[in-house]
Amino acid sequence: MTPPLETWLRANMALTLLCIDPAGLGGMWLRARCGPARDCLTAGFSALPLTVRRIHPAITDDALFGGLDLTATLSSGHFVRTAGLMQPNAALVLTMAERCDPSLAVKLARGLDHGTCGGLVAVDEGVDYDERAPETLTDRLAFHIDLESVSATLAEPSDPDPMAIDTARRRLGAVSFDPVNISDLTHLAASFGIDSPRAILFAMKAARAHAAFFGRECVGVDDIKAAVELVFAARAVVLPPQDHDDPPDLPEEDKTQDMPQSQDTLAQIPQDMLIETIKAAMPDGVVDALSKKNAAQTAGQKGQGAGTERRGNRRGRPLPARQSKYDSRARIDLLATLRAAAPWQTIRRLSADHRIEVRPSDLRTKQYKQHSDRLIIFAVDASGSSAVSRLNEAKGAVELLLAQSYAMRDHVGLIAFRGEQAEVLLHPTRSLVQAKRQLAALPGGGGTPLAAGLKAAMQMSDEATRRGLTPAIAMLTDGRANIALDGSPNRKAAAEDAETIAKRICATGTPSVVIDTANRPQPPLKHLAQTMNGTYFALPRADARRLSAAISGALDA
Amino acid sequence: MTLAFPFSAIVGQEEMKLALILTAIDPKIGGVLVFGDRGTGKSTAVRAVAELLPTIKAVQGCPVNAATPDDCPDWAGAVGKKIVARPTPVVDLPLGVTEDRVVGALDIEKALTVGEKAFQPGLLAQANRGYLYIDEVNLLEDHIVDLLLDVAQSGENVVEREGLSIRHPARFVLVGSGNPEEGELRPQLLDRFGLSVDVTSPTDINQRIEVIRRRDAYEMNPEKFLETWRGEDLKIRKKIEKARKVMPNIATPDEALHDCAELCIALGSDGLRGELTLLRTARALAAYKGAKKVTRQHIRQIAPIALRHRLRRDPLDEAGSSTRVGRVVDSVLG
Repeated sequence: MTPPLETWLRANMALTLLCIDPAGLGGMWLRARCGPARDCLTAGFSALPLTVRRIHPAITDDALFGGLDLTATLSSGHFVRTAGLMQPNAALVLTMAERCDPSLAVKLARGLDHGTCGGLVAVDEGVDYDERAPETLTDRLAFHIDLESVSATLAEPSDPDPMAIDTARRRLGAVSFDPVNISDLTHLAASFGIDSPRAILFAMKAARAHAAFFGRECVGVDDIKAAVELVFAARAVVLPPQDHDDPPDLPEEDKTQDMPQSQDTLAQIPQDMLIETIKAAMPDGVVDALSKKNAAQTAGQKGQGAGTERRGNRRGRPLPARQSKYDSRARIDLLATLRAAAPWQTIRRLSADHRIEVRPSDLRTKQYKQHSDRLIIFAVDASGSSAVSRLNEAKGAVELLLAQSYAMRDHVGLIAFRGEQAEVLLHPTRSLVQAKRQLAALPGGGGTPLAAGLKAAMQMSDEATRRGLTPAIAMLTDGRANIALDGSPNRKAAAEDAETIAKRICATGTPSVVIDTANRPQPPLKHLAQTMNGTYFALPRADARRLSAAISGALDA
Repeated sequence: MTLAFPFSAIVGQEEMKLALILTAIDPKIGGVLVFGDRGTGKSTAVRAVAELLPTIKAVQGCPVNAATPDDCPDWAGAVGKKIVARPTPVVDLPLGVTEDRVVGALDIEKALTVGEKAFQPGLLAQANRGYLYIDEVNLLEDHIVDLLLDVAQSGENVVEREGLSIRHPARFVLVGSGNPEEGELRPQLLDRFGLSVDVTSPTDINQRIEVIRRRDAYEMNPEKFLETWRGEDLKIRKKIEKARKVMPNIATPDEALHDCAELCIALGSDGLRGELTLLRTARALAAYKGAKKVTRQHIRQIAPIALRHRLRRDPLDEAGSSTRVGRVVDSVLG
């Protein structure tokens, strides 16, 4: 849709506007791989009225906000702080922004909100759609630029004229913005499905900066056009309806402002024109991306609050203290530090006072090791004739896994589904004895309430996640769903219910395995595994040992 | 620090504003959880409400904002006896914060330079008698959440580490905000928040225009904008002050208690925290509205925000918890 040259020109315009009003516009989200085009654009950052500093996603708080300067503190004997990189008069360039974790994103966002961060350019090298800078951050950056289509030959340095930018910056305060256009922009944003009011504010500021750059005292049509092109196009979520006499819009537009008053400026800008402008500037394949976006949101974007992800230095089993670099996240082990410093005291003690002298190399920080325990949830089909043997296999596999569980730190839970419902036979446990006792007698027979089984597994997995375990689901079945969630024998509803729950399991990001124990592989089960984003195995007549090996293999991979 | 956006100038989001006002009237309600989309004014509102509140009287230089010199903890050293008025503290709890920074720890600075064992108070001390604000609360790490739960419950921070044994009061209103798409909150923490509100971007286009208009006016000239809204803000502050005064005298008839209990049973909320919060909030609302006693109308109005987050989660009920609470309120209160 958009020729590369225009993308390039637009990127340069965005940079110019950012140079004019860095505080108001927040910054730029630059999605580009390393290459001449990106280098060319980033060279233009020198025109920003701020010092440019590069940061990386793994930056520590000490480096960002300032912290203890250990060497200077220890040698001088009084507290010395380092200045952080985040300063009101510095623009930060965040490289590899797609790897920025939510907590850094929030810190940077707060900096932008409070004005403690002068500006931010997030350079994002993500390849896939999902691989992108956190939205917390991008929402606060006015311009979203994608340079993927721009080739090296096109990318000529644009050299924004520092003088012109300087003049424009001084003129900026005097540029007036016709209030009529506020409602225009809001309508426009709504029709493109842009929810965040920040986008509209950014568009207004971009329009002002644009007007100031071209020496206008009042924001005109061209300024608005340029602004929406730059700010809205990349944020558009839906295409506006094609018919131009869209009923909800028109009456309001009529009554919002009385037009004659502002005739000297531009009054109403035809919305159609702006819509066309944005459409023309929209990146290629936006509509494709929209469907992907929904998928990306559901595909298990989990917070750090739950389960799996653990940084091992603050809780858990203590390890011996280690010599390491001090930063604000580390906890100093005072005893170990003193012990490390002790042997050197006679040599170091040059002065007469009897203070213990500690050098940076003596510092020991506490280390902890933590495992997130794994929980394997077996959901076993206990329906029909083959129920007994299958259940026995499952029981065997459970016992095998439990036997290894001390080393693997696995917990195991077992759910059986048959007849009309699912039943939790074994709550998550690591106790082999308890498991054996409870698994002794299991009835079988009846329909296949696959959805109910999945639902019970999902609930157990949710519970486990909250308790800090890392759950995985192993499903053993040979048939198709034929009992719906409400217990009615309806094949169609049953399949739909199973599909719904499978999607939800996929959304939680729980790893899963579907083991097909039917004599002939069942395509619906393969489909179910795909929906859950899990692995599919056809294992007719599997014995407990093979089962346990298959599950361990699939979940460890 | 830039000037805070005036509270009364926030367009719409009535539920969020009411929840914040009610916790300001009675901090014992126990905090507000604000969940919603980006750019809906979550953090703006929290900052604004603190700006709105009357100043507190505190001992000058006291690390825990104690009201009288006697309440100052002994580890704070000599802080003097002078009482000063200071704005209600709002403390930001940043993500990725360390345990040391939250509860306080050995003052490494002093330990290394002077060789003294001293306590460096953390964010919990700073937040005493004020607000503790956690943006993106759902992304907070588990062990910090555990700490907060414990302190929010007991109102006291106990530090036993590195050879220090220290306790100090830490009573604060916990305000958390977050975006539900990024992760859920553990039910234990959910339950600790007194009220919970969902905010969404306004769907009404005129309301949105008004949001933009005010925000733009504020950004162009904050001083002037604040001046315009000062009167409105002052009105709300007066109402809050008045409500705080009359609240102890608000009568709670037995029918109101009965209603609260019945609602909570019908919703199957765990524990008794639901009832207590419901009652306290209803009382604060009655005080705010200038009523003499708690009526069914008050309970009906605040039931959704007080109970919504206490339901057991049903993965298949798409209706959302507000609707479920609404249904039960209708059937119980008629």
